[in-house]
Amino acid sequence: MAAALARSLAPAALLSVDAVEVEARARLFASRSIKRDAKLWALDLAIRCTDLTSLEGSDTPGRIATLCAKALRPDPGDPRIPSVAAVCVYPAQAAEAATRLHGSPVRVAAVATGFPSGQVPLDIKVAEAAEAARVADEIDMVMDRGAFLAGRYPAVREEIERVRAAIGVRHLKVILETGELGGYDQVRRASWLAMEAGADFIKTSTGKIHPAATLAVATVMLEAIREYAFATGRAVGFKAAGGIRTARQAVGYLVAVNETLGDEWLTPERLRLGASALLNDVLMQIAKERSGAYQSGDDFSQG
Amino acid sequence: MPTSPATTSARAESPVAAPAAATASGFAYAAAPEATDHIRLRDRYPLFIGGGFEPPAAGVHHPTLNPATEEPLAEVAEADAADVDRAVRAARRAFSSWSRLPGARRARYLFRLARLVQERSRELAVVESLDGGKPIREARDVDIPLAAQHLFYHAGWADKLPLAFAGARARPLGVCAQVIPWNFPLLMLAWKVAPALATGNTVVLKPAETTPLTAMLFAEICQQAELPGGVVNILTGGPPAGRALVRHPDIDKVAFTGSTAVGKEIQRTLAGRGTRLTLELGGKAAHVVFDDAPLDQAVEGVVTGIYFNQGHVCCAGSRLLLQESIAEPFLRRLRARVGRLRVGNPLDKNTDVGAINSREQLERIQALVDSGVAQGAQLFQPACELPTRGYWFRPSLFTEVAPAHRIAREEIFGPVLAVMTFRTPAEAVERANNTRYGLSAGVWTTTGQRILWMAQRMRAGVVWANTYNRFDPAAPFGGFRESGFGREGGPQGLAAYVALR
Amino acid sequence: MTAPTVAKTPKLYIQGAFCRSESDRVYPVGRVNVPRASRKDVRDAVRAARSALPGWSSRTAYNRGQVLYRVAEMLEARRREFVRVGGGGRAAGREVDACVDVLVYYAGCADKLSQLGGSVNQVAGPYFTFTVPEPVGVVALVAPERPPLLPLLTHMAAALCGGNTVVALVAETAPLAGLLAAELLATGDVPAGAAAVLSGLRSELLAPLGSHRDVDALDPVGCTPEQRAELERRAADGVTRVLPSPSTPVPGHHLALASLELKTIWHPVGV
Repeated sequence: MAAALARSLAPAALLSVDAVEVEARARLFASRSIKRDAKLWALDLAIRCTDLTSLEGSDTPGRIATLCAKALRPDPGDPRIPSVAAVCVYPAQAAEAATRLHGSPVRVAAVATGFPSGQVPLDIKVAEAAEAARVADEIDMVMDRGAFLAGRYPAVREEIERVRAAIGVRHLKVILETGELGGYDQVRRASWLAMEAGADFIKTSTGKIHPAATLAVATVMLEAIREYAFATGRAVGFKAAGGIRTARQAVGYLVAVNETLGDEWLTPERLRLGASALLNDVLMQIAKERSGAYQSGDDFSQG
Repeated sequence: MPTSPATTSARAESPVAAPAAATASGFAYAAAPEATDHIRLRDRYPLFIGGGFEPPAAGVHHPTLNPATEEPLAEVAEADAADVDRAVRAARRAFSSWSRLPGARRARYLFRLARLVQERSRELAVVESLDGGKPIREARDVDIPLAAQHLFYHAGWADKLPLAFAGARARPLGVCAQVIPWNFPLLMLAWKVAPALATGNTVVLKPAETTPLTAMLFAEICQQAELPGGVVNILTGGPPAGRALVRHPDIDKVAFTGSTAVGKEIQRTLAGRGTRLTLELGGKAAHVVFDDAPLDQAVEGVVTGIYFNQGHVCCAGSRLLLQESIAEPFLRRLRARVGRLRVGNPLDKNTDVGAINSREQLERIQALVDSGVAQGAQLFQPACELPTRGYWFRPSLFTEVAPAHRIAREEIFGPVLAVMTFRTPAEAVERANNTRYGLSAGVWTTTGQRILWMAQRMRAGVVWANTYNRFDPAAPFGGFRESGFGREGGPQGLAAYVALR
Repeated sequence: MTAPTVAKTPKLYIQGAFCRSESDRVYPVGRVNVPRASRKDVRDAVRAARSALPGWSSRTAYNRGQVLYRVAEMLEARRREFVRVGGGGRAAGREVDACVDVLVYYAGCADKLSQLGGSVNQVAGPYFTFTVPEPVGVVALVAPERPPLLPLLTHMAAALCGGNTVVALVAETAPLAGLLAAELLATGDVPAGAAAVLSGLRSELLAPLGSHRDVDALDPVGCTPEQRAELERRAADGVTRVLPSPSTPVPGHHLALASLELKTIWHPVGV
């Protein structure tokens, strides 16, 4: 780990994050006032960057079918509304999703490696990822937090590298589960580790524990992405997941990306928001911007 | 010119359309102007003396401009020596009963003032932004809440004074003359009025010439609070009014915040008179960043330190001292960050850097920046569109700065940062202290003991570690050496307003 | 003939809500049925106070001061009602006015406690050491019988301003003023659970209060010497602090400092 880090800037500079100040900066992002045309642009982008998610023990093919229909046409009554970027499902449901979305621009992302806890033997985790990669376009794996918190960084890194190799050309997102890492310094360290091990995206959370995504954590990860891009020339994407329920929150993340990485990252190729209830709130906000009136949830279909 | 005090709707027409985002970003935020239709400014404000509004004796007024548009907002009175005399006499008359009130009663008035400032906070924030040029976000989130907090904090001391002076008996001084600057008009007013009133004094206060309006609204708040007449008197006017006030024979104390040059003049004027004096003057703060600093937050801190309020801050971190081993990566981040600052319409909620307060100040800044270039320093300014009318200056930073350069020694009081490097902590201390000023300093490092070691050695009245520009009424603020003497805030700040026995 | 009034049912105030005793018992005070809190109500109030503690104690002192000021605003607005409940007349009026003064006093006290009770200590070595007062935690208060309002509000405000949460037992024979004061807390922005107000019999409630291991400090200002001794015996089991009840009232901020712990922190100074 030290060797890997030593290749970058002064290690201490890389690792240390002042929590009070980063939270103050995140509050600034949340307080930007995005109005009218800019708001519509941002809401449209938010939809195009959404990974519409259903990760429940109770998921059935029927549930997945509804999810995919919503993903493709979030508002059947309004053709201006774009499709989302992807659906995000358990491996057991990936085939159903792939069938439903075949030929459409909506991608299928499958979680893997013993999601959400990752507390599963390594070989089984890798095999699960490989299997899911046969039908899914993208794999959202979970980082081994147990190994990370025990300081076994080479093991964490090796697991990511093995999954990366096993899924071939598929897109790899590494979920850090920032709420378990214990601090912003750790988030920074984990981000860098995942990127060096080959992640195409780093992702905040599984959405199964609290706290999930926060603007402050996102800020730390986005700054790590920026530094990694400067050091290596490789652009890694960012996904915020968990707890993003309102359009206002989503726009906050767009602002954070805009003000740390700039507009090159404001695209579904480099930015995703993992959410479910968010989509309808965004649709409501769009309708409100266009009509001037506050909306009712009943006017929008269930996802 | 109509002289009635009848209110009219605000001369608050929105300035030129906000420039596009300072960056070349595809995500343009769109104008987000703060509403001004709830603002009612008078055409003309008289002086506030003895609890009522009175015209100036000689009938002279001058307009106060919106620096973002150069349009006049209202007219205010120009106080002369006769007006000063009237105000001081009103303050003297009010003093005997005000000082004899039990502390708990004075506390009640101060709590009322605090609550009224909170209730009218949006109005005060908008007027502050219009009159002075600072971004509405700063006026709304920093200036006005802190002003209310100062009043609230000092209200809580009014009935606890014996506790503030370790058992010594404290007697108020009498009539206090207070002269405040244009960079934080209402906040500076609160810093002056609150401790004075809490300890039983009465005041005659002169706001800055270019930013009188929130002081006038505060006068209305004093009336709303039913503050006894004469306890607070507010005289608008320029330097002549200030001089007349400070020279008046019947004042017991002078409190001045402003430039070091004027502070020295006041100190000279008061020599031998026995008038108590506190001064809060200029600064040229060193902002020290070590190689183990939390870099991204240090960049934010440095940016806040010099570009907050357009650098119109006495404690601005105007000299960046970077540890040489970290200089290049730090500067790369800093330039990128400065390039994203949004300069423009102060009333736009997304604006980061507003208008320069006046033409005079703009010219001063430009002259010093020109000297920097002439003396061989390297200037960096982001390319951002500036409105055609109004007073604007792009956030600037100089590298290749030598300690002897004017931009490294003189207070610019604008959004201009001078960057120098150092190698060791001892060298950082030496460079930081190499100035006649001593108001504030910043240090960024994750090594706890080094924070404390540096703080012990930096000759400044306020040291911020891993943060910058944080203020609180409970934390005393003030400078060393030519940055002035005396403290504001905390029980220590009360001492300036009492005589102990 | 005038219509019969809609008489108010007095209730306990636990976790930000008004409720009867879980035991449904009452006891008469004049013509009014006053809730007779049970040991389970005590348990619930303490649990709520414990949950509310992290939030209340981590607010800025300024914020706590503003909340107390709001409570003062509420009392001032309802002065007439409190005077009536206090028996009408001049003494009751003076008591209510004194209560407003006390609330305002503690509102302005919260952000000064560190400066008054803490210190930076000049030790003989290269260390920066400072002492900060911190809230002791959940404070259980037994208010005196007479007067029924002023000591209750004084001791509650003193404990709250330092960041503690409070479970208060009002006067047994004159409980109505204290129970009414709970409405000030509810409307004064005091967060749910941070302050609880209970009425009932001392003979039933002192034991569970005194022996509750999740109470951090006891303020027995309203206890008789025998009751106080009993509380002290029970408190020994958990080394629960028992606050002094001097015969003459102490200056305001000292009462607030009494429910604070002191923490001393050291850090070396060096390059």
